[in-house]
Amino acid sequence: MFQAILIAGFGGQGVLSTGQLLAYAGMLEGRHVAWIPSYGPEMRGGTANCGVTIADRPISSPVVSEPTTLIAMNRPSLEKFEPDVQPGGLILVNSSLIDIKARRTDVRVEYIKANELAEEIGNSKVANNIILGALLEITGVVSIDAVEESLRKVLPAHHHDLIPVNRRALELGRELMREKGTEKR
Amino acid sequence: MAKILMKGNEAIGEGAVRAGCRYFFGYPITPQSELPHYLAKRMPQVGGVYLQAESEVATINMVYGAAGAGARVMTSSSGPGISLMQEGISYVVGAELPCVIVNMMRGGPGLGNIAPAQSDYFQATRGGGHGDYRMIVLAPASVQEIIDLMQDAFDLADRYRNPVMLAGDGVLGQMMEPVELGEEKEVRIPPRPWAATGRTGGEKHLINSLYIVPEDLEKHNIRLAAKFAAMEKEEQRWEDYLAADAELVLVAFGTAARVCKAVVDRCRREGKAVGLIRPLTLWPFPVKAFQPLLATAAHFLTVEMSMGQMVEDVRLATRECRPVYFYGRCGGMLPVAGDVYAAVQKILAGGEAK
Repeated sequence: MFQAILIAGFGGQGVLSTGQLLAYAGMLEGRHVAWIPSYGPEMRGGTANCGVTIADRPISSPVVSEPTTLIAMNRPSLEKFEPDVQPGGLILVNSSLIDIKARRTDVRVEYIKANELAEEIGNSKVANNIILGALLEITGVVSIDAVEESLRKVLPAHHHDLIPVNRRALELGRELMREKGTEKR
Repeated sequence: MAKILMKGNEAIGEGAVRAGCRYFFGYPITPQSELPHYLAKRMPQVGGVYLQAESEVATINMVYGAAGAGARVMTSSSGPGISLMQEGISYVVGAELPCVIVNMMRGGPGLGNIAPAQSDYFQATRGGGHGDYRMIVLAPASVQEIIDLMQDAFDLADRYRNPVMLAGDGVLGQMMEPVELGEEKEVRIPPRPWAATGRTGGEKHLINSLYIVPEDLEKHNIRLAAKFAAMEKEEQRWEDYLAADAELVLVAFGTAARVCKAVVDRCRREGKAVGLIRPLTLWPFPVKAFQPLLATAAHFLTVEMSMGQMVEDVRLATRECRPVYFYGRCGGMLPVAGDVYAAVQKILAGGEAK
C-alpha cells in the first residue's frame, strides 16, 4: 500500500489539520506516515496545501510531487495540481466552491458538495471530513475508527463534544461513495 | 513506547532537552520558529532557561557566555540569522567552547525567502566566520534521525570543545513524521574543568580568543588544526543506500536525499544499478565512503537544493576519476523525483555533459 495524498485549498479551510488527522490515523494503524506542509507567509485566505504519505514500507521521499489522490478544496488548487495526479489516481473535488470540472480522463474524479452537506448536518466546519470519508471509502487508506481515535488524541478535551459531528461527516462521505456503488480498490 | 507524530523543529527541541541542554538563546525566523516556540514551553518544565534575545548577534554571544560558564547550550536560526552569528561562532571556536547551532536553511542570498534550501552548505562547511577554523556539521534527513542525532551533536561538541552545527532545511523543520522518543535517560555531562565559574580560589580560567603575540596564535592555530584533523579522521558519517554495486551513485543530503531515495527505489525496480551516498556529516565530508566506489561506479550525480556546492566536495572525494554531474533546484524550489529520474536516465544513456 502506498498512498500519496495532496490536500489543497485556502488557508483557514482546515487543509493542514485534515492532513495531520489522516497522518495520525495512519500512524495509529501501524503504517509509515509523513506529513509535509507548504508553508507560505500568508495566514487566513492564502493558499495552503499539505502532502500526506501513508505506506506499508518506509517512506523514501515525504515530498508529494505526483499524488495518488488530490483533494481540491478550492478552484485554484484543482487548476494547479490536477496535472500532477498519477494516471489511474483519484481527484476529490469540493464542488461547493469549485464551479469547473476536472479535465483529466485517466483518473477517477468525484464531485462532492461538501460545504452544503456540512451545513445540512449542522456544522459548516466539517466539510473536510465529508471529503475525507469519501477518500477512506474509495481507497481504504485508513479506517473511520482510526480517524475518530486520532480526533480524540489531537483535539483538546473541551472540544471532544465535536467528535460525533465529525464522525457523522466521515460516515456521510462514505455513504455518498457507497451509493455510487463503488468498489474498494 | 508509543510513537508520536512530531515536526522536525519540535524534535530538535525535544532532542536537545533529552541531551541535557538547559540553555537556549534564540530569535524567531521562519522556517525554524517552531523550535524556539517549543522550547519556550519545554525549558521551564525542566528548570532550563529559554531566552529570546534582541538579535542573532546577541544570541550567539549569550551562547558564548553560557558555554564559557560550562553550560550545555544551543541556539538556532535560519540563513540570514546564521550569517549574523558568524563573528560569534568564530569567537566560540577560538575560545574552544562546546555548543550546538541549528540552521534550518531557507532560500538565499540576502533576505531570499522562507522556503526550503540547502544553499548555506559553503557557509557551514568552510567556516562562515573569519579565521582558520572548522566545525562538525550534521545533516539529518528524517524526524527520527533528528532525535537520534541531538545527543551526538552535544557529545561531539564536548569531545572537541568546538561548536557543532545541525544543518536542516525548511522541509525537514516543518514536516511531521512518527518518532520513537524512547526512555528519558539520565544525562551525564562531562566535567568542564576549564569553565569560568567564579573566583573560587583555584587556578585562573580565561575564556578568550585573543592571542596578541603571533608566536602564541600560531601555536593555538596548530593545536586547533590537530583537533580538526582528528575530527576528519574519526567523525565521517554517511548512509550507503544500495551504492556498493551501483553504476550511477547519487549523492545528496537532507531532504534532497529523501527525494533521491525514491529515485533509487524506482530505478532498482526497473533493474537499473543506481544507489545513493547520503552524507550525515557535511563536514568532515565522508571521503571514506567514496574510496571503494571508485572501483565500481561509472558516474556520480550530486543533487542539491542549491546551484551546486557539495558537488565540489564530491569532485574532491572522487579525485575527479569519474564524471560528477550535478542537478539542483534552488530559491526555495524542491527537486522532484520525476526530474531527478530524468537526469539519471540521461546520464545512463550517455547523453549528459559534465
